[in-house]
This record gives sequence, C-alpha cells and structure tokens, in this order.
Amino acid sequence: MTTLAPDPVAPDPKATGALARRRWPGRLRGRSTGRPIWRQPIAAAALVILVGWLVVALFAPLVAPYDPLAQSPDAYAPPSGTHWFGTDSLGRDVFSRVIHGSRLSIPLALAIVSLALLIGGLLGLVAGYVGRFVDEALMRLTDLVFAFPQIILAMAVTAAFGPSTRNAVLALVIVSWPVYARVIRSAVLTMRGEDYLSAARLLGVGPVRALRRDVLPNSVGPAIVLATLELGNAVLLLSALSFLGLGPRPPAAEWGSMVALGSQDLSMWWVSVFPGLAILTVVMAFNVLGDALRDRIDPRYAKGR
Amino acid sequence: MTTTVDDAEPGTVTTTVSRPRPHRALLLFLLKRVAITAGLLLGVTIVTFGLVTVVPGDPVTANLSDQALNDPATVAAFREKWGLDQPLYVQYLQYLGNLFQGDLGISQQTGRTVADDLLQYVPATMELAIPTMLLALLIGTGIGMLAAVRNGRVTDQLIRVGALLGLSTPPFWLSLVVLYVFFYQLGLAPSGGRLSTDFSPPPTVTGMYTVDASLAGQWDVAWDAAQHLILPVLVLTSLTVAMLVRFVRSSMLEVLQQDYIRAAYAKGLPARVVFRRHLLRAGLVPVITVSGLAFASLLSGTVLVENIFGWPGLGQYAYRSATALDLPAILGVSLFVALVYTLVNLTVDLLYGLIDPRIRLS
Repeated sequence: MTTLAPDPVAPDPKATGALARRRWPGRLRGRSTGRPIWRQPIAAAALVILVGWLVVALFAPLVAPYDPLAQSPDAYAPPSGTHWFGTDSLGRDVFSRVIHGSRLSIPLALAIVSLALLIGGLLGLVAGYVGRFVDEALMRLTDLVFAFPQIILAMAVTAAFGPSTRNAVLALVIVSWPVYARVIRSAVLTMRGEDYLSAARLLGVGPVRALRRDVLPNSVGPAIVLATLELGNAVLLLSALSFLGLGPRPPAAEWGSMVALGSQDLSMWWVSVFPGLAILTVVMAFNVLGDALRDRIDPRYAKGR
Repeated sequence: MTTTVDDAEPGTVTTTVSRPRPHRALLLFLLKRVAITAGLLLGVTIVTFGLVTVVPGDPVTANLSDQALNDPATVAAFREKWGLDQPLYVQYLQYLGNLFQGDLGISQQTGRTVADDLLQYVPATMELAIPTMLLALLIGTGIGMLAAVRNGRVTDQLIRVGALLGLSTPPFWLSLVVLYVFFYQLGLAPSGGRLSTDFSPPPTVTGMYTVDASLAGQWDVAWDAAQHLILPVLVLTSLTVAMLVRFVRSSMLEVLQQDYIRAAYAKGLPARVVFRRHLLRAGLVPVITVSGLAFASLLSGTVLVENIFGWPGLGQYAYRSATALDLPAILGVSLFVALVYTLVNLTVDLLYGLIDPRIRLS
C-alpha cells in the first residue's frame, strides 16, 4: 500500500471485517480449537515445501541449470557437481527435468481439482437443494463412477480418448467430481431444514439466490478441506497415468513418465528416484495441509481432543 | 428413546407396533441392497460399453496394420467380425445377451476369449490380493488402535506422519525403490514374475502358484512362488495399511469419546477390560466398512505394482488392453473389476446391517 490518505467514503475496515464474518462460517476464521499454523511444525513445514515448489515452478527456467529437453552424449551420468541429479538415458539433466516437471504437475492438479470442484460442487448443490428425482438421479450417477476404482476408470477413459495431457485431465475430472458432489450435497442437506433458509424462502428469495447467498458460503469449509486433500490425490493419479504412458506425451518432463524411464534400468537409480521424491513431497505437503485445515474447520477431527 | 418411554403413560407403549418386525426389516434391507447392486451393475455395463464405443478412438485403426488398413475388404471383414458394422444399441444388446451366458467376447490382442484371459490373470492377482488384505487388516487395525489410544502423544504423531507418508507415496515409485534395495542391492528377493525360470508352473487347480504347488506336494516350487510374492505384497500392504490406519484411528477416537467408555472407566474397570469389552467391539465395526475401501485401493495399486514386478495379473492385462484399445478386453476387465468391487461393497453393507441394527432400520 502506498501512502494514501484514508478515504472517507471507503467502508471502515472493521465494518467490512464484520460483514465478511457474517458470510463465512465461523470456523474458517480460526476461532476454534486449532493452533496457528506456525505452532504446528509439520503443517508449517508442509506450507514451506509447497510455497517452495510454487516458487520453483514459477521461476523454473531460472532455477534449472539446463534445458529440460536438451539431449547430450553424456547419458546415464551419476549425480555429480555438474549434474546434481545425474542424467537420463538421453543425456538430459534430471535436476532440470524435475524442476520443470513442477510446471506440469502442480498447475494440472490445480486444473483437475478446480474443474471437478466446479462440476461436482454445482451438481451437489442442485442435488441437495432440489432433492427428489434430481437428487436420486445424480446420486445414482455418482454411484456408477464409484463402482470403478479411480485409476482403472481413468485408464479406460484416457485410453479411449487417446493419450494426451488434455485427456488425462479430462479423465481425472470424470473420476473425481462425484466426491465433491457427495460432500456438498450432504452439507446442503444438513442445512436444508434450517430456519434461516425457510425464512429466506418466505421472504421471497428464489432458489438461485438462496443457493448463492446462504447455502454456498456455508458449504465452503468442507469443500476447501476436500479440495486440498484431493490436490495430492490429483498429483498422484496424474503421475500414475503418465507412468503408464497415458499422460503428457514423451519429451515432456513429467514426473510419472520420468520414473517410468528410470524403471528400465535399476542400476541408474537416480533417473527415477528424484522425480519420485518430487511427487512424494508435493503430495505429502497437500495432504498435511488438508489435514491441518480439516482439524481447524471441522473440530471433530482435531487431535488432542 | 428411554425418556419417551419413561414419559409415556402406562399402556401406551407403541414402539413395537410402529416398527417393522426385525426379521422383515432385515429381509427388506437385504433385498433392497441386492436390487440396488443389480441396477448398478447394469449401469456399469452401459458406462463401459458407451465409453469405448462413443469416443473417437477407432478399434480398427488401433488393431490393423497400415497395410491392412489400405485394403477395404480386410477392414470390412474386421468390422463385421467384431460387430462394428451394427448400430450401437444392437452391439450393446448383443454384448449384454452374451454377458449373461458368460461370454465376454474375444480379445483382439490375445486372440483368445476374454473369459479365458480373465481366468488366467485373475488368480495371479488374487495371489497378491489375499495375503495383502489379511496382512493389511491385521496391521492396519492394530496400528490404528494404538494411535487412537495414544492420542496426541509421540507414538500417535509418528503413526500419523507414517500413514500420511504411505498415502503420499506413488505406488509405482515405491515398487521401484523396494526392487532396487531388496533385489538389486541386497539380492534378497527375486526381481519379478511369478516363478524362477528353473521351475515350471504347478498343475492348475486354483491358479495360485503357492497353493497349487503345495497341493501337488512340490514344496520347492511353492517356496519359490512365495518368494516372488514378498516384494509386491510388501508394497501393496504398506499402501493399504496407510489408508486403514487413518480410518481406524478416527473411528476409535469417536468411540473413546462415548459416555459409556467414560462410565466404564469411572466405575473402576481396568483399562484392559474396557479395551477388550467396549472399545474393541464398537471401534471395529466401522472397520468392516473400510475394508471395502481398502479393497478398492488394492485393486488400483495392482495396476501400477504389477507393471513393475512383471506380474501377469489383472492389472497388467488392464493396462495392455487399454493402451491397445482392445474393446472386448477393456469391457471385460472394467466389468469384472466393477463386479468384484460392487459385490465386496454389497457384502460389507450386508455385514454392517447384520451387526448394527441402526443401519438397516434407517
């Protein structure tokens, strides 16, 4: 902020705070049993790791010492001062490829989760609020998706549409939206009988407005927790698909396919160990943060009860 | 409930009248669950069929060589052989009709019937899945309960972090690491496959080599097959345990909160007795539910783990047919997996309903 004189017309920051407070569930503000994040060493470490990965992804060309796609005659060089993580079968620098891999995995996971959250959340809102036939039909649809283990359905979808980055994302959205639909639906169901919703309806508030003003803000909490946990899952599933050769196409530096490349020769352990560690740290960070968020938003899960 | 009975005037106890009789409620519950499952399976056939048929991938281009593609007669013959020249709904009804006769079609990759392929590959996966489920349920519930009882202390923290680590590890990578350490570095385990090349498979009874070899009295073969099981089972178990621990822990914590537990402690029962008589029973009921989930994670795991260990099971078959756009094979595998998974969930539901009357009455 620059040195602006306080604007007399602008709302008092305290007042906006009060407004914001009314629209968000109380527990999101951290008034609950949860400790601040810097008092939870594991969650704090996860946050640091995640921020680190985000910075690395943003500035990948600056961080990586080599071009991730550049081949060299220096194939299968073990980790050394010139190649920190060694080189792969085509002489590409594994360190640079791991760094650049974050530019695929993290944004793609974000895309998968946002799309699935959008679709699943919307359908869950509608199912919970409208009820009856719509609810029944949508829930049977989620049952259908749940009837398959995620990776098998994702494999079938990607294989059928043809292996590519876009289709891998599409497949993972298809297998993951039902979770959000279920969670949002049950959040809506618990508040359907609430007096403030009946009051709003009596006052002539239409369903769309009621969903947006009252129902949506109250289901934000569970959705955020779920989305954070699912980010880790998305990174894992995406890397699994590309490990199977159903993800981003070959020259691309994707962690899963890098592990697959290293699996061809066990003696060159560095080719697959480092990209695997990258997956592990990102997924772990998302999972720890998701847990910490859940402890905070839903105190039923808080530790040390 | 008790308060309403207490408050009610004498002679107006209506609870038994308003509720269906227990036997009928149970039967109704069973029938309802079975009907839902049947509907679900029909839906599954539509999904798998629709998926592979409507989407752009063309099985003709995927399965014929370029030379054959240039010959219209060959293409037409291929289409006719696989019913690809028929309208979609005819293909689907045909498929469904065959399905009821146990005919899953012929795999375009192997040239054999999908049913035969499944018969060959499923036992291999079962040989991994059975020991994994047993081990994982045993270890997972044990560690989960330990974490709950030690809630908030160092043991609990370590277990929680360990479980998170297990959940965050890519299965295919863990397989590679385990293979590198135990096979490449230590030489303690075989590299993969189901048997060493010195042995030939035992006569088929169950299709599980360890069992068949033991039945035939070929102890050296059984021992060799068992050694090949160790690493894949180790990987699959650790992944499944990680999932189970979190669930068991939170379900046990829920029970620990209950008033009757506090009452049990308050009336002076020793911790051992409270644990055995109250905690264990109540806390383990939800574990039945999660064993369904564990099974799903196991099935997913096999796809990735079998690939690394060269294990000729369902996972590898699924992967190979998916990459080759082998329509009957993909349909067969997806359908089979969904069938097994749905039946496991049905069993879990039924068990749960049998054990906990509150479930079937709601």
